[in-house]
Amino acid sequence: MELLLDSLFNGVAIGSVLLVAALGLAIVFGLMGVINLAHGELMMLGAYTTYVTQLIFKLPILKPFYNSYIIVSIFLAFIVSGVVGILLEKTIIRKLYGSPLETLLATWGVSLILQQFVRSVPLAYGTGIVISLIIGLFLPTTFTSKIKESINFKYFKFGSWILAALTGVLTGSVISSTVSKLSRASARNVDVTAPSWMRGQVEIIGNAFPKTRLMIIVITLISVIAITLFLNQSAWGMRIRAVTQNRQMSDCLGISTEKVDIITFGIGSGLAGVAGVAVSLLGSVGPNVGGNYIVGCFMVVVLGGVGNLLGTVLASFGIGIMTDLIGAGRLLSIWPDMPLPLSNTINFFATTSMARVMIFALIVIFLQFKPTGLFPQKGRMVEN
Amino acid sequence: MRISRRILAGLATASLAITATSCGGGGTSGSFDDTVTVGILHSLSGTMAISESTLVDTEKMAIEEINDAGGVKVGGKSYKIEYIVEDGASDWPTFAEKSKKLIDQDGVPVVFGGWTSASRKAMLPVYESKDAFLYYPIQYEAQECSNNIFYTGATPNQQSEPATDFMYKRSPAAGGDFFLVGSDYVFPRTSNTITKAQVAQLGGKVVGEDYLPLGNTEVAPIISKIKEALPDGGIIINTLNGDQNVAFFKQIQDAGITPSSGYYVMNYSIAEEEISTIGPEFLEGHYGAWNYMMSIDTPASKKFAASFKKRWGDDRVVADPQESAYNMVYLWKQAVEEAGTFDDNAVREALVGQKFDAPQGPVEVMPNHHLSQTVRIGEINAEGGFTILEETGVVLPQAWNQKHPSSKGYACDWTDPSKGEKYKL
Repeated sequence: MELLLDSLFNGVAIGSVLLVAALGLAIVFGLMGVINLAHGELMMLGAYTTYVTQLIFKLPILKPFYNSYIIVSIFLAFIVSGVVGILLEKTIIRKLYGSPLETLLATWGVSLILQQFVRSVPLAYGTGIVISLIIGLFLPTTFTSKIKESINFKYFKFGSWILAALTGVLTGSVISSTVSKLSRASARNVDVTAPSWMRGQVEIIGNAFPKTRLMIIVITLISVIAITLFLNQSAWGMRIRAVTQNRQMSDCLGISTEKVDIITFGIGSGLAGVAGVAVSLLGSVGPNVGGNYIVGCFMVVVLGGVGNLLGTVLASFGIGIMTDLIGAGRLLSIWPDMPLPLSNTINFFATTSMARVMIFALIVIFLQFKPTGLFPQKGRMVEN
Repeated sequence: MRISRRILAGLATASLAITATSCGGGGTSGSFDDTVTVGILHSLSGTMAISESTLVDTEKMAIEEINDAGGVKVGGKSYKIEYIVEDGASDWPTFAEKSKKLIDQDGVPVVFGGWTSASRKAMLPVYESKDAFLYYPIQYEAQECSNNIFYTGATPNQQSEPATDFMYKRSPAAGGDFFLVGSDYVFPRTSNTITKAQVAQLGGKVVGEDYLPLGNTEVAPIISKIKEALPDGGIIINTLNGDQNVAFFKQIQDAGITPSSGYYVMNYSIAEEEISTIGPEFLEGHYGAWNYMMSIDTPASKKFAASFKKRWGDDRVVADPQESAYNMVYLWKQAVEEAGTFDDNAVREALVGQKFDAPQGPVEVMPNHHLSQTVRIGEINAEGGFTILEETGVVLPQAWNQKHPSSKGYACDWTDPSKGEKYKL
């Protein structure tokens, strides 16, 4: 029983890392059909946001609230990655809808640019750039409709970008002069330290579980519930689903498909940022952190069935539990006196590397029989 | 056609400019009769850049120190050392390509370079076919002995073997069972094969081993295996690479695998540089084994650390790989002076038997092209350094490990033509 609980927990813990990482991709790739190879780098931005937030919360003014920095960074990471995603959509991806190969190459290029960006730009100025992006992109949308319709709107837009640039430079230099660790560019990996209340273990029914793992499971659960509610209950969620199912018809009925694309991509990217916070709790934060997860993300989305959130959830927990069952050789402890050839085979695959091989092999076999994944999308999009 | 030619011309100018800027460094004090240009080949970009750039810094420092002291004296003339730095770009074929460039185009008498075994294996055929020389400064898995490479890092019997012995006999977990963790590539697998043979000889037990694919940071299955195999604590031998250590130590601490609950980790890839990246709060109480540790309390060691800090900044640290890199430049200089020429083959002969008073203590080049070195076991402390617990005498290097089943009973000796790369003892 204890063993089973432990194994289940491990499986869920591994699965929830996969799930939180793949959730954004399930939206971007699943609903919009965009193969976004920069998804991992949007996660990386989220992880770096956690690091920057942590350092800023170490300043004397914010020190009393240090313990809550991780919660704050979840929201900030969502905004940062979301905004960068929106910029990406507006400048590159929008022009490439309907040409998946070009999207793939372009987003791969973007991923390299983002990696090099965090290597060679001091994080303080990186923060400044992100802040000016946020202001520049959002300030014009807050204007009254009278200004928006006026002929001088472009000057207002221009003005808000100038304001944005100034604010960005100002915050950049303020941060770089107050937090010395952020003032120099470095390719070195950095480290996020969980606040004290998140370190150590909790006892549940006689088993001790690491708190960070529980935290990641909670983050994942909240993200999944929030995104499901958003897609199924809110007006924008309905529009997103409408555009997914039939773009022309939605357009005819007066839904601004352009806006829907921006919002969908922004949310997908924002979720990547949240995933970045989660993975920063497990390992170190570096330019390559996203690249380690991108293959797993696509694997989960494809296995779950493109465009289906429930499929993504089941696929990631499935892979998580399989990873633990195979990789830790659990079957042997569940059934200790199995015949020798079988136990030898299981022992052979009971290492992390071989478990990965085994899982990929199983997925390939599964996709031979169900090429569209666990829950194939039934609808017009698939037929197109 | 015209365009492509113009691009080519542009590229040529660009590369010329890069070479020009990377050429020529060092102090200018004193007057020299001539100059000699050596090659430095490490990754300055890509994943290995963080580690390898520290070696470039150290090699530059050694060269500048030699120049400040009057350069290399050959045949009554003093030569100023200049260097060409090439970027291996963390890409193994690039290391081979740049080696060819340094040997053929620049005509350097010696190349100081490499970090990963993969890069060395890629360069080895180049140096052997051109009969040129590579000095390689990293502790590695051995099982190699080239006539054209000098290895100034530790072999397994100069690092892992004394460390295993310490863990099994004298550590707080003495007599306990072993669990081996490593990244999935050649060094951890070879090192662990040796450790397993040694533990069996000592009468201990290895209860599990696992390898994490490079880039993977999901340690949960390994943690459950450790907890199952070592329920009441024990010895963990860690050969994980770089950043995977961060994930490993963060997660094992959260899972309650700590020195206070009886788990002691011996690390072969964590030096001062890595401790500051991972964070001493995760590593305190665990162990490391190296030839050089920054906390060695001798004038030579202090001078080495101080002049590095003076040159590159107060927050910088020196560690074992850097010390090896520092030693190899000096050993090359001594050999050239003794041979009285920069000629490769004469220097090779003169190098064997060279002694140098290194920051770690005296080292000597052995006939198998490796160094005799001192081994130290240290406990990682809260300040991010090692508290040195034990120090062996000088340990002779084994290019062919005597515990590894495939090389037991073999040795290497390049001073005797009848013996060579691998002969039966």
